[in-house]
Amino acid sequence: MTDDRHPLFKPLIFVGGLVFGFGLGFSQMARPEVVLNFLQFEDFGLVFVMFGAAIVSGIAFALLPRLRDRAPLTGDTYERRLKPLDRNVLVGGAIFGVGWGLSGICPGAAYASLGVGNVTILWALAGMFVGAYLQGYWRSRSTDAAPATAGAD
Amino acid sequence: MVTDPVALQLTAELFPSGISRYAVGGLLVGLGTVLIYVGTGIPAGASTFLESTLSYVSDQSRFQQYVGSRDWRLVFTAGIVLGGLAFAATVQSGLITTSLYEPGTTGQLYEVAGVTLWQTDVQPWRLFVGGVLVGIGTRIGKGCTSGHGVCGVGSASKTSIVGVLTFLTVAIGTAQIVAALGVSP
Repeated sequence: MTDDRHPLFKPLIFVGGLVFGFGLGFSQMARPEVVLNFLQFEDFGLVFVMFGAAIVSGIAFALLPRLRDRAPLTGDTYERRLKPLDRNVLVGGAIFGVGWGLSGICPGAAYASLGVGNVTILWALAGMFVGAYLQGYWRSRSTDAAPATAGAD
Repeated sequence: MVTDPVALQLTAELFPSGISRYAVGGLLVGLGTVLIYVGTGIPAGASTFLESTLSYVSDQSRFQQYVGSRDWRLVFTAGIVLGGLAFAATVQSGLITTSLYEPGTTGQLYEVAGVTLWQTDVQPWRLFVGGVLVGIGTRIGKGCTSGHGVCGVGSASKTSIVGVLTFLTVAIGTAQIVAALGVSP
């Protein structure tokens, strides 16, 4: 599944990431202060980043399945991969919200922030790995204890 | 053409840094997502990288399910970091100037080898504690600002819309409380 992919698969992912990161830099969403200003209602501009991006991707998500069946580099079908709506979305969203509101940093913006020279952001990145590890450690144990619920998402 | 002074003033109050840098940045973020989706059919989010990268060093079952995607997620994240650097080396350094970009006055600018870099004033403990919560929260909540916010909302997923409303509301409340407590920067 990993090695028989098209030779352009990783280059395209890389270019996509490059444009994505450049956009986060240009919008200044990679600056925690700017995110905090938004959350404190001092500058509403950030609305345009998330919704601007969602509109652009939304057009592609709606159009592509009508134009083609499968993606050229993976052979995957263009389909909506929906995640189940359950209590976890609310609980996890709330925990993420507290973290985002405290630090002004979310994963994608943190990677881009490192690129714009913000070495202090390594604190946030270290924190994210610690958090993801804690969550994964706990989740692995509870799933191993109750294998019937494995693989839900 | 007559511009309504009331509308103009309202814009200045709500958007003190203008709108264009945000709108252009958002379009580019969307474009990056679309490039990947068109070629691969993958609606890529940024937070799964945390778990998928942990699979290199941990054999917990939770991380091992991402072994198949961990290589490309590493490439995606390297692209995001270098995209930020490309922005710093061009627009932030003044090599490319455009009226669409408003530089902003937060944090500290410094220079390395002719490239203007930028560093935050936000305190490390806020970044670290916030990072831990972000790491836990995005993984329990199945997505972050890009997975839910861009890809999920873009595909009109009910789960993602609920996710975004939840973290946005809680983040606003948290930031307001933290500011009210006098924590700054």
